Amino acid sequence: MTGWQWDIDGWIVLAGILSAVSCALLGNYLVLRRMSLMGDAISHAVLPGLAIAFLISHSRSSVPMFVGAVSAGLLTAVLSQTVHRYGKVEHGAAMGVVFSVLFALGLILIRQAADHVDLDPGCVLYGNINQIPLDAIGSALPPPILNLGIVLLVNVAFIALFYKEMKISTFDPQLATTVGIPADLMHYALMVLVSVTTVANFESVGSILVIAMLIVPGVTAHLLTDRLGAMIAVSIIVAVFSAVVGHVFAAFGPAWIGLPGSTHTSAMMAVVAGGLLLIAVLLAPRHGVISRAWHRLILSLNIIRDDVLSLLLRWQEVRPEGGRPIRQAEVLAAIGDSPLTRWSLRTLVRSGYVMLDRTGRGDDADGMKLTASGLSRATGLIRSHRLWEAYIDKHFKLPTSHLHLSAERVEHYITSEMRDEMSADLTSPQHDPHGRAIPPEQGEG
Amino acid sequence: MSNIFASRHQNGGDDHDPACPVSIHDMTVAYHRRPVLWDIDYAAPQGKLIGIVGPNGAGKSTLIKACMGLLPLASGSVRFYGKPYRAQRQIVGYVPQRESVDWDFPASALDVVTMGRYGRLPWCIPPRRRDKNAALAALEQVGMAEFSHRQISRLSGGQQQRVFLARALAQDALIYFMDEPFAGVDASTEAAIVTLLRALKARGRTVLIVHHDIQTVREYFDEVMLLNMRIIAAGPVEEVFTQENLQKTYGGRLTLLDKAAQAMARIGRH
Repeated sequence: MTGWQWDIDGWIVLAGILSAVSCALLGNYLVLRRMSLMGDAISHAVLPGLAIAFLISHSRSSVPMFVGAVSAGLLTAVLSQTVHRYGKVEHGAAMGVVFSVLFALGLILIRQAADHVDLDPGCVLYGNINQIPLDAIGSALPPPILNLGIVLLVNVAFIALFYKEMKISTFDPQLATTVGIPADLMHYALMVLVSVTTVANFESVGSILVIAMLIVPGVTAHLLTDRLGAMIAVSIIVAVFSAVVGHVFAAFGPAWIGLPGSTHTSAMMAVVAGGLLLIAVLLAPRHGVISRAWHRLILSLNIIRDDVLSLLLRWQEVRPEGGRPIRQAEVLAAIGDSPLTRWSLRTLVRSGYVMLDRTGRGDDADGMKLTASGLSRATGLIRSHRLWEAYIDKHFKLPTSHLHLSAERVEHYITSEMRDEMSADLTSPQHDPHGRAIPPEQGEG
Repeated sequence: MSNIFASRHQNGGDDHDPACPVSIHDMTVAYHRRPVLWDIDYAAPQGKLIGIVGPNGAGKSTLIKACMGLLPLASGSVRFYGKPYRAQRQIVGYVPQRESVDWDFPASALDVVTMGRYGRLPWCIPPRRRDKNAALAALEQVGMAEFSHRQISRLSGGQQQRVFLARALAQDALIYFMDEPFAGVDASTEAAIVTLLRALKARGRTVLIVHHDIQTVREYFDEVMLLNMRIIAAGPVEEVFTQENLQKTYGGRLTLLDKAAQAMARIGRH
């Protein structure tokens, strides 16, 4: 491969985009209906349809092939539903049973009756996407591009026109049916489109890309968004990105790492989509690995801040006449010195909960005092801690020495309503089981 | 559908009272030929809160689903103010069980409530501003206005139930079917639902509610239907909700009904 050539690479990327986007659009609904396997099922099950169409029409022309394949696809959808309902097995298993049997039937038919049909397994897997530019020679628009374009237009039109009907029958098919939007009909309309899209994409891009694009953009978008419209938009972006970057990697990637030649575009598009999914799993705002780690970090930071505030209050409690403030070094020794602890001390000062008594002899020698808002927050924490101890002591027969640890864990999560509830239950106690005063509720600081 | 039953009731629908919100005539419902509801005859009184009570497997959800055409009738007929369901969709609202949907669906509370308006819209026409406004008003009524833009999986169970109720309010129906709206909700949601039901009643709506907690029947409902595959008793709570009827509903099934149903399922297969 030399550089980028629009009359070659342009057509390949265009075919990839058309195909990936039309699959991704429908894939959103398959993912939400927990039927992602349907693309896989239909792409296998079309085989007997192709064989029977060939036996009946004695030709490999595309119309009977297309009709045969689409009918087989629909049959898969109907049979899976039937097996699911009457065999009392879950959707995935029902689809698996149906498509493997149909696929096997297709193999037998091809072997026995149509042995001279040349079906190239490589072609079925990756399709002929890299041959599309050859079709472009001598025609303004290569036929595969035209077919893929029509399929995409049909899918876009379906989702745009029936957006509301698809939304309600995907989320709540029972309500849909009761208000007069037949959820069953919408289901089978979707299955027809999945069959047509699968079959139309088969020859040009191959089954791997079809299966990947029916599942991966939808799953990725579901992780990243929480509105249906946004999910569809993101799935389109994932599809287009995978198509473009997939082809660039396939055409030029091997050269970048010093290998000769180029690799297959369809397969590389699927790999890129998988890479995007991996990134989404790491980065997703709510369920993502990184966001969960971040939330854990914030939580442990808050727990340390709470511990420091209660420590400062306890220090003041036992020195009612003032005395010297606790030194930062003593706080660090009590809480455990770590970068996280030092960071939370700085945030406490910055957010105005703690004042520093500068000594000029380095940070560790500085005294730490609660401000008014710090005092209010610390009082709430101590109140939570001691109320909890009293509450547990009243309702469970635990040794008094076990109370502290439990309260230490729970105090960070107790709201003022829960404090009121415990206080009412204990009829406004003055002291915890260790005999220390339970401070009264303060205004929110 | 099933010739076992077909001969029994040929004139279904002729003798329904057009003033009755829901009249059920001789309804039998079967799953895979095995009857789960037998000979249901019932006329719901106008403007009442009606509890449908019975043990697990009594066919409570089946009854309301069959009324709305979600399940086929083996025999009998149901009319809403004298007309079949197809002609009366606009005046019937439905609150399914909360667990019947996937709350991970990418939608806000407002999106879900707006679905209550879809039945009024023609095919392919998206909801308009006044549908959104109706949905917002419904969310307001159940005390969920501040959560209208929250994704539904981030709502608590009680809040999700309120969203379902708001969706039914947005349907603005005359008759409501609710499937266990009190199941698994917190005390404040339970109180909110009761307030809402009373408001619906005050506006003359008829509400049929599948209910699992017999402790609260007297407090919540005007009428009760005691169901266990057939209607044991139905009528005003003070008359019907007796120890004796409860015993009949919950204590020991009519085993003959079970035996007959099994036999029909068995013979039907051959």
